[in-house]
Amino acid sequence: MTAPLLRVEHVMVQIGGLVAVSDLGFEVGQGEVVSLIGPNGAGKTTAFNAITGYIRPRRGTIHFEGRDIIGLSPERIAALGLVRSFQRTSIFGACTVLENALMALHLRGRAGLLEAFIPLPGRRREEARLRDEAMAMLDFVGLSARAAARADSLAYGEQRRLGIALAAAAAPRLLLLDEPAAGLNPSETADCMALIRQLRDRGTTILLVEHDMAMVMRISDRIVVLNQGRIIADGPPAAIRENPEVIRAYLGGAPEGVGHAAA
Amino acid sequence: MSGLVGWAFVLAMALLPVVAPDPYMLAVLTSAGIFIIGAISLNLLLGYTGQLSLGHAAFFGLGAYASALASLGFDIGIGFGMRLRLEPQPVYVGFLSAILVAGVFGWLLGRLAFRIRGAYFVIITICFAQVLRMLALNWVELTQGPMALVGIPPFSLWWPGQGVVDLTSKAQTYWLVLGVGVLAFLVVRQIVHSRIGRALVALRENETLARSVGIRATHYLVIATVVSAGIAGAAGSLFAHYVRIVDPDVFLFIYTVTMVIMVITGGKGTLWGPVVGGLIFGLLPDMLRGSARPEAQWIAYGAAMILLVMFLPRGIVPAVAAWLPARRPATQALPTPVREGVG
Repeated sequence: MTAPLLRVEHVMVQIGGLVAVSDLGFEVGQGEVVSLIGPNGAGKTTAFNAITGYIRPRRGTIHFEGRDIIGLSPERIAALGLVRSFQRTSIFGACTVLENALMALHLRGRAGLLEAFIPLPGRRREEARLRDEAMAMLDFVGLSARAAARADSLAYGEQRRLGIALAAAAAPRLLLLDEPAAGLNPSETADCMALIRQLRDRGTTILLVEHDMAMVMRISDRIVVLNQGRIIADGPPAAIRENPEVIRAYLGGAPEGVGHAAA
Repeated sequence: MSGLVGWAFVLAMALLPVVAPDPYMLAVLTSAGIFIIGAISLNLLLGYTGQLSLGHAAFFGLGAYASALASLGFDIGIGFGMRLRLEPQPVYVGFLSAILVAGVFGWLLGRLAFRIRGAYFVIITICFAQVLRMLALNWVELTQGPMALVGIPPFSLWWPGQGVVDLTSKAQTYWLVLGVGVLAFLVVRQIVHSRIGRALVALRENETLARSVGIRATHYLVIATVVSAGIAGAAGSLFAHYVRIVDPDVFLFIYTVTMVIMVITGGKGTLWGPVVGGLIFGLLPDMLRGSARPEAQWIAYGAAMILLVMFLPRGIVPAVAAWLPARRPATQALPTPVREGVG
């Protein structure tokens, strides 16, 4: 087997003296859809923040495509091809939907200060190409009709979709989606699921944090279960459903030997 | 505002000294113009990156001193028995060194301050201007301290067929300021309408999200600060050679506040905002001078400001743009570069 796209080993994250993640270790292989699940406060979002450079882990290693990415800034990690979405709706509110997409395509452009002043043909071509890519992305998430609307005037479900589009825009190798279906109604959730499948079919590897179990079970190749800052199970959906420790974690009754609750 | 309206405005301003050669009015417009250039530079930071620099007068003052010192020359001890000498240079060298010096300090301040953003950036910029003022007051050998640098030469310009000419008339200085103003406007416009401008607005709107899609925060904020500082330095140089005396008061907080007010009332984050705000607050005090006592004048000035901020919180330009039916009111944040012209 080739090296996994993402390998997280023995990662420990402390937030203000509180151990949010005590010993995190899992892998995401090329082309997989992996879900990271766990009860509230299990440390899922913290794990995302650690992987994408927003929090520096106290211990452990994180390798992306074989490269140690601990200590790199979020923008460097994004440039390597690892991009995340956010749990709370995160868009550039005062800008139009098209501008949002163009901003998210930042890494696909190269123009700098020089190009801002000298009207080289290359600059124009780049702008045209970025616009095409932005429109294609909006088309992909079904928002091309709203391209000229202000992003904060979109309906909630549309904003969520835009959030995913922004993360997926620059065609990352690995896409981390933090609760993409949060607050969506069933039909919107179905749309969201279809979107994730399409992204996977385009060759994007996906790591997902999600609370909607029906969705997780149907979409994931593999599920990693996090409880109170540590991994308690890792396997295909069918095995996870049967796992007694997972059932215990979800139905209450903390496993013995775990001292502190996570934030 | 479409490009045509913009250029018509520039043309009208350029023809003013011919149509109405009133030296008093030209003097008022010239000094207003210098501050409008300062406001245009501040707008790149305040309007497009959302970072409030309350020490913007520092760059303005640095430009004024750099330009004045370069054209006067200096000879100072720098310790260890060494001396640093500079022969008086032509004024255009002073102008360029003003941009350079302010830009370098902008880079330094940007590198330092953007590690800690928001309120701390505001505080650092205030301190920066205050430290420079102290330096200008106390480094008497270089700056003459409170005695001020005097006898600064007027602007000179190389002109085809005539060689280097001094710009001594009011109209000539006015045109020079107008020219630099148009250039400053175009520089900011080009940046705002480029990939860099998009990155700046993204950082302003949502920094966490911007970084997550790979926009290097420090890199782009430093670019904006350097360009902004350089333009402010150019304005400072114009100021030095226009009033021909520079004292430590150029670093005063009130100069920064004047520029901030111009940007906010005109509409921060719009290209025309600082121009409109600058014309109003650059001309208002002088227009009131004839008809009102100074006390009443300042009260009117303050009241106008409060009313504007209360009723047009986003500024005049966005409010006017919202009334014009042909324009989309919401997109003042980032006009799409496709068909926008000047503005």
